[in-house]
Amino acid sequence: MSQEPILTIENVSKRFTKDLDLAERAARKLGARIAPMTVHAVDDVSLSIRRGEVLGLVGESGCGKSTLGRMVAGLSAPSSGRILHEGRDTAKLKGAEARDVALKVQMVFQDPMSSLNPRMRVRDIIGEAPQVHGLVPRAEVDAYVERMLAQVGLDPATARRYPHQFSGGQRARVGIARALAVRPDFIVCDESVAALDVSIQAQVLNLFAELREEFGLTYLFVSHDLGVVEHISDRIAVMYLGRLVELGAAEDLIARPNHPYTRALVAEIPSFETGKKTYHAIKGEIPSPMNPPRGCHFHPRCPHAHDRCRIEVPRLRDVAAGRLSACHLNDRAA
Amino acid sequence: MTTHPAAPPRAAPVDSPTRRIIAQFMEDRVAVLGLILFICIAILALMAPWIAPQNPYDLSQLNIMDGALPPGEVSFGTDMTYMLGTDQQGRDMLSAILYGLRISLMVAGVSLLLAITVGTIVGVTAAYFGGRLDSFIMRVVDLQLSFPAILIALILLALLGRGVDKVILALVIVQWAYYARTVRSSAIVERRKDYVDAARCLALPHRRIMFRHLLPNCVPPLIVVATVQIAQAIALEATLSFLGVGVPITEPSLGLLIANGYDYLLSGRYWISLFPGIALVLTIIAINVVGDRLRDVLNPRLQK
Amino acid sequence: MSQLLDVRDLQTQFFTRDGVATAVDGVSFTLNRGEILGLVGESGSGKSVTGFSILGLVDPPGRVTGGQILFDGDDLVRGGEPLLRGLRGKRIAMIFQDPMMTLNPVLRIDTQMIETVQAHAPVSRAEARARAEEALVRVGISSPAERLKSYPHQFSGGMRQRVAIAIALLHKPDLIIADEPTTALDVTIQAQILSEVQALCSQSGTALIWITHDLAVVSGLADRLAVMYAGRIIEEGPTAEVIARPRHPYTRGLIDSVPQGKRHGARLAQIPGMTPSLLNLPEGCKFAPRCPRADAACAVEPRLDPSGPGRAVRCHHPHGDSETRVLS
Repeated sequence: MSQEPILTIENVSKRFTKDLDLAERAARKLGARIAPMTVHAVDDVSLSIRRGEVLGLVGESGCGKSTLGRMVAGLSAPSSGRILHEGRDTAKLKGAEARDVALKVQMVFQDPMSSLNPRMRVRDIIGEAPQVHGLVPRAEVDAYVERMLAQVGLDPATARRYPHQFSGGQRARVGIARALAVRPDFIVCDESVAALDVSIQAQVLNLFAELREEFGLTYLFVSHDLGVVEHISDRIAVMYLGRLVELGAAEDLIARPNHPYTRALVAEIPSFETGKKTYHAIKGEIPSPMNPPRGCHFHPRCPHAHDRCRIEVPRLRDVAAGRLSACHLNDRAA
Repeated sequence: MTTHPAAPPRAAPVDSPTRRIIAQFMEDRVAVLGLILFICIAILALMAPWIAPQNPYDLSQLNIMDGALPPGEVSFGTDMTYMLGTDQQGRDMLSAILYGLRISLMVAGVSLLLAITVGTIVGVTAAYFGGRLDSFIMRVVDLQLSFPAILIALILLALLGRGVDKVILALVIVQWAYYARTVRSSAIVERRKDYVDAARCLALPHRRIMFRHLLPNCVPPLIVVATVQIAQAIALEATLSFLGVGVPITEPSLGLLIANGYDYLLSGRYWISLFPGIALVLTIIAINVVGDRLRDVLNPRLQK
Repeated sequence: MSQLLDVRDLQTQFFTRDGVATAVDGVSFTLNRGEILGLVGESGSGKSVTGFSILGLVDPPGRVTGGQILFDGDDLVRGGEPLLRGLRGKRIAMIFQDPMMTLNPVLRIDTQMIETVQAHAPVSRAEARARAEEALVRVGISSPAERLKSYPHQFSGGMRQRVAIAIALLHKPDLIIADEPTTALDVTIQAQILSEVQALCSQSGTALIWITHDLAVVSGLADRLAVMYAGRIIEEGPTAEVIARPRHPYTRGLIDSVPQGKRHGARLAQIPGMTPSLLNLPEGCKFAPRCPRADAACAVEPRLDPSGPGRAVRCHHPHGDSETRVLS
């Protein structure tokens, strides 16, 4: 694994604004206190991902991990900030260059059914893009698709089938083959195993690991399941309500979580404890991203919150070698 | 959430979704009868010049002596039997109906195809790009749909004059908006599915995603609306022709035939209006029966 | 502890277009008062259908086609809908994965809860409201009086599930059947609900059937586990025993498939192949095609035989006690 970043996320934010409709605008003119609603789905996140590594991105619903994943995959544009692929700003590229970079970054989706077009045969699902982009000559597409199927552990004879003729695990494999077929170097896995049965999930995780070796892929592995993320990742980034709260080497972060939120997540990693477990649940609900708490977003649920947490947003800073955390407690200790 | 066991790959896989739908369609006897009836009607209409006893618009074949004969009468000149009687010009009603069906179905069919094409392109484009383009297109559609179809058609034909091509144009203008709205609403649902994002990730051209990926998944509701609309198109064309603003007298459709006999209805010569009327009703019923079944078969919510 | 539920040879079938799918085939188990049973299996294993069968909630084309469900001595299969109507919501409650199965989106929480109370108990509105508030407090909802005035959509997913659990608890039922109630929730919320459910059951003596695909979740919660595969129970026993010394190769495979952070980055143990179609089950042992231990003997379907105190396994070649799982 080299230190050179393949993908850099620079101060990226994504805001979703619900504009006022006509009636609301009229009401506002008349003095009603209605403002356009803005959600900071991703709030000033910077990350750099090294060639060949697996970066796990964890967090609970509304933390912005999927939104960030979609921006990296080029499916939505950041509201501010830049995403650089091998140093090139993906938003500024045009024409063939833009297309080439787009193909280099692929995505594997969560729902193995809805991510495959039900009216296309597997041969077309996998073979269409390589053919359209001229990566593979038309005459060789069939053979190429069969190779891809074999690569992900499916019978090449299934190329003529439709998605509904596959099981969940097999559909996930088709989705992976589709991404691989355009020869990417970076794959965003958005909850790619979440919808699968446990025994199938293990098969697909192993497949991801094999393919990484074979093709030298880099993954951004987005998941709510810290157990899965820990298993596959080299480094882990933790998000909470749009902000990055902790980043570090996987084993180290699990062994010594710094941020209180990370600690809470680590405590919930599935384990087979014999005997009844006592659940050390952190209190409270995840606040609505539309109306996040001031200061540190986590303070209402944090057992260690103090006055400063309620006012000042903690900055992400080095707390140990290769470890970043955004918590005021680190200043106290220092 | 459902109590059904997850349906794993089938033992004997039906090859394509389309075949499965056809198999399901065939389970309803009434619908199959409707389909057979419609196919028969369509074949009769298509074959009219070859199977009709006479060409009702070749004046040399008409005998004014045979005018307004009731059904079953034999011609005075030739020994031909008029199964459905004749009109006041001595025209064989059976032949007139076959030729009239031909015109009615042709007008409805061509306008259907054109309206579907226009509506589909507009609807998919609106759904795929969204935003202001979508809002603008849908306002136009709403405006269009807020006027009664017959009113728009009457105004257009009043401006354009009579003629088969003009009737078709009027029907397309009246109908495209239905297709646009149908396609847009299903395309908006499909647009949110991951396979569209996957196609975007693969940098496929927009046009390809819209028409190769999105559109095929919007076809089922489109078919349902099309069956309803083709019945409506036939009825609308018949209405326009009945009112005398539709097809010219030289190419009479069913509606015009009904109008021709209308004056004689009260004098007991019912057959001149009645038989074209029955043909019209049968056609519309057949299409509606097929449409109803298609709606059941294609509705994902009714499927298990 | 006295026996509350005795399911004997339950069979539930779905009569589909493509054939008859036996979703539950010969399932038997018992449940004592106050006991928590974890019913574990993957999709298509029949775990949810088992739960729905007990409550008589299997929708057509499905139907319970055989066996007995003895609830406190009464056979729910024979008693059918008339008997069940009196029990559902009162003595047997259900919690679904999607709380909106229980909650009506257009009614306020108080309306729904008061109606539920009054459906089975002849009490005044004020009394019913007091009970509703009490139930909300028990599931950890603060300021219940205020919360009662809300509509379901004003709650987060975790809160809705709490309300659904509160409704299930209203009549202090003898049995709660919970079908994947925490699967859709975030992990931190899931932990809260698990700890509350655990406390509630031990306080009230309510028996619980916790249906889940997640062995790790129930391992910390249930007294006993029953693992299902292809409509059958393939292994059952005390939780600690089953987790520490799984006998069936499938149970073992399931446990080893979960990434537990013990061996970071290493290859996960995986069960090859996929769940068989219920319409096309293999002959003999249903797990044999995926099983590393399968041989000629597995062409005959094994029975669920006792294998130690309180334990049973459906396998010709079960793992022995000496083969303790590696728990590093």
